[in-house]
Amino acid sequence: MASALELRGITKRFPGVLANDHIDLTVEQGEIHALLGENGAGKTTLMNILYGLYRPDEGEIFINGEKKIIHSPIDAIKGGVGMVHQHFMLVPVFSVTDNVMLGEEYTKYGGVLDRERAAKRIREISDTYKLNIDPNAFIKDLPVGLQQRVEIIKLLFREADILIMDEPTAVLTPQEVDELFKIMHTLISQGKSIIFITHKLGEVLEIADRITVIRGGKVIGTTTPQESDMNDLATMMVGRDVRLEVDKEEQKAGEVVLSVKDLTVLDPRGAVAVDGISFDVRSGEVLGFAGVQGNGQTELVRALTGLLNPIDGEVRLNGEDITHASPRKVTELGTAHIPEDRQKDGLTLSFPISDNLVLNTYYLPPFSRYAWMQQKEIVRNAKELVQKFDVRTPSVFTPASSLSGGNQQKVIVAREFSRPIKLLIASQPTRGLDVGSIEYIHKQLINKRDEGCAILLVSTELDEVMQLSDRIAVIYRGKILAIVDAKTTSKAALGLLMAGITAGSEEGNKSPATPDQVSAG
Amino acid sequence: MNTAIETNGKTVGKGIRNRARNRRIIMGVVFLAAAAFIWLVFSANLAPGAVTKYVMTPGGSTALAPDWVFTTSVYLNIIAGMLTLAGAYQIIRGFGKYTNGVLALVAGLFIFGFLSWATAGGQTNLAGLLRVMVVRSVPLTLGALSGILCERAGVVNIAIEGMMLTAAFVSTVFASLAHNLWVGLLAGVLAGGVMGVIHGVLSIKYKINQIISGTVINIFATGITSYLSSKYIQKTQFQYLNEPGMFPQIQVPLLSRIPFIGPILFSHNMYVFAMIFFVALLTFLLYKTRWGLRLRSVGEHPKAADTLGINVFRTRYMAVILGGMMAGFAGTYFSLGSSGRFDEVMTAGRGFIGLAAMIFGNWNPIGSMGAGMLFGFFDSLSVKASLLQVPLPSEFLGMAPYLATIIVLAGVVGRGQMPAADGEPYEKE
Repeated sequence: MASALELRGITKRFPGVLANDHIDLTVEQGEIHALLGENGAGKTTLMNILYGLYRPDEGEIFINGEKKIIHSPIDAIKGGVGMVHQHFMLVPVFSVTDNVMLGEEYTKYGGVLDRERAAKRIREISDTYKLNIDPNAFIKDLPVGLQQRVEIIKLLFREADILIMDEPTAVLTPQEVDELFKIMHTLISQGKSIIFITHKLGEVLEIADRITVIRGGKVIGTTTPQESDMNDLATMMVGRDVRLEVDKEEQKAGEVVLSVKDLTVLDPRGAVAVDGISFDVRSGEVLGFAGVQGNGQTELVRALTGLLNPIDGEVRLNGEDITHASPRKVTELGTAHIPEDRQKDGLTLSFPISDNLVLNTYYLPPFSRYAWMQQKEIVRNAKELVQKFDVRTPSVFTPASSLSGGNQQKVIVAREFSRPIKLLIASQPTRGLDVGSIEYIHKQLINKRDEGCAILLVSTELDEVMQLSDRIAVIYRGKILAIVDAKTTSKAALGLLMAGITAGSEEGNKSPATPDQVSAG
Repeated sequence: MNTAIETNGKTVGKGIRNRARNRRIIMGVVFLAAAAFIWLVFSANLAPGAVTKYVMTPGGSTALAPDWVFTTSVYLNIIAGMLTLAGAYQIIRGFGKYTNGVLALVAGLFIFGFLSWATAGGQTNLAGLLRVMVVRSVPLTLGALSGILCERAGVVNIAIEGMMLTAAFVSTVFASLAHNLWVGLLAGVLAGGVMGVIHGVLSIKYKINQIISGTVINIFATGITSYLSSKYIQKTQFQYLNEPGMFPQIQVPLLSRIPFIGPILFSHNMYVFAMIFFVALLTFLLYKTRWGLRLRSVGEHPKAADTLGINVFRTRYMAVILGGMMAGFAGTYFSLGSSGRFDEVMTAGRGFIGLAAMIFGNWNPIGSMGAGMLFGFFDSLSVKASLLQVPLPSEFLGMAPYLATIIVLAGVVGRGQMPAADGEPYEKE
């Protein structure tokens, strides 16, 4: 019998980049095939080709042994290929039924929607694969884990046999990941095939039947979980030996640097994003914020750095009230900020690196005298920092936009670390970076901590939070459910908290009922 | 498990609870202030035993209804009492999710109180007032429907005004030349459609900012119609180009003979009936058919629609062209349904008010008709009030609906649900 899917010699060039270089990939029916690679390795490009969003420059696609030309998502759907996108393709204000049947509507006479018949079909699919979805629910009311299942139902509704899942675990809590894996097993037991795209090694070993590793647009090799371990895969993925652990020495935390009390922040639409939270960060410690994306982390960081005005509560930096202080004031008091979106909030992309390196000090001597910028000083400063922080760039006059993600992040780190700081607020500092850059950034953060800087780390990568933090605060729907000691906690315990389940509450209801206790710090 | 070390359950949500409470109390105070205003301003300025007389038959109608006469002070006291009760309940307990409904009721009672006071000692033709309200709401509601068609598909249409004006001009000339109103109507609708094509090409194909594109169309339409109008059709030698005639009144059999309601709703020219028909049709199409589902999906999440094989560009073009035709139809109302001729800038900002009605009505055809009626009512009231010798310039009454719109847009009454991708050009990867 022919393979469910075979890709032969797929090549795709973008201006200046060879994104896919003669990639061969075979997926058998009823298997979970992991596609493992770093950010920028070419996984997403390959899948977009398979899904008809890009056209390959060379290569052929065979489905069940038959050659297919896929020029649009429609061709892919007709060929039985479906994709669960990393960013869900769901309309929040539509019901599950409307979302699922969109584009393939069930109708009665003359285009009138037959919602009942579609809902019945959705209920059947939901029962067959144990997805537990109510067709009449609205997407905006569903938690992320269930929204993802609606995406899966969309594919099953169209009778897709090959399901591409693009980083499906990125937005899930560990418990939701377990449930997703169960669903994936149910799917393959019914004869479906799954291509599982990820860069998380542990998940690959847990769920995949076969693993194909891609690096720099090329297939490095195909293996199975039985034949390999974490270190093998990491080496294949990165191309050299990688240290997966972060070295960190015991350190006694010092004085309170940042003190937050009852902070309440609204998001731009007026909904409560941060809901009366309190915590302290001390010098020489890393307080990590764990939580699923969208639980108020962004607004918390923006409020602390002066970018959003809180409606209630108090923020003190070394005893000084900065609740309503301007971003410049917060910066001048010794706060460094590595923003979540480095291209939007961290850099002025069209400016040269040299200017980006003085974005928060340009108005001070030696970079300016009276109203005049001192280009000589700015360039000298840039040359020094580029060397010290190992920014790979042809020159300091190169615009920031033409650097890779890792080097852009290094520019930000260089800028923030080049002045004396007491508090570092790092939001998603390694998102989208390659393993080498991640190692580098992690080392820099730990160095700062050892120098006695207070660090507030926000990350949706639970592993990262657990490796770097001394204490971990779990944030859920804008509230801190608990602050725990990083050494004594477990992934499972954090996972429950991330889903809003505290020791005293049932079914993760909204009011945590754990007793107040004294802080460990 | 030694995980829960710190929580701050005690302080959860304090800030937001304060906000909700403040809003509740402010709303209650507004209700009480309305009651106090009626007592202190209206009741205090009444001649003792003054009587309000509402005429319930519009002028010229044969469906006669008896007049409604009552002692003004009694009614004012009842209204003020009701508002006080509502205000007190709002402050103490709050109406919760019914707050906006109660607010509308309070506003309605207050306006009724005002009208009764203004009428005291004289008479007002209530039926006439409401009849004019329906007529005035027609271009606003039709304009709003045009906006809904476009914006539900994700294209902001600020050009409704210009489309209406163009259609008013074109329909006048064609109806005059053909001596046939229907030819004029068709030409007007097509002219609106052409304007829709222009807006579509600019904003969908060339991805020009949709507000700019719409503004350009408005300025262009004002300029060209004014020029052609003053140069040609207002001149006596071209008089024959500006005599389109008007659609006749239709008396709906039986229904128009119902006292009070009949003349208000069922004795109009075809535009009023067309408005009701289009509101019903568009509601059905948007929410019950494949066509509507796809159109709305394109306005909410075009990328999702695209991955499911819906042609985002084609859908948006179709929506904008249909929206232009709807605006064109609304434009012909001015020439063929209301005045029987073309005058420069005769739409007088009605297209923008239609846009406001769309927003007020939450991008929903029925809601927009309600908003259109509300604006129409104040329009009608400001004309009447100038006859009633109210110690208040009628222009202030004319402002009332727009003040209400500003308050709604500022989010005091609660935010509407704008289509998520409204105004964003779609870029394919």
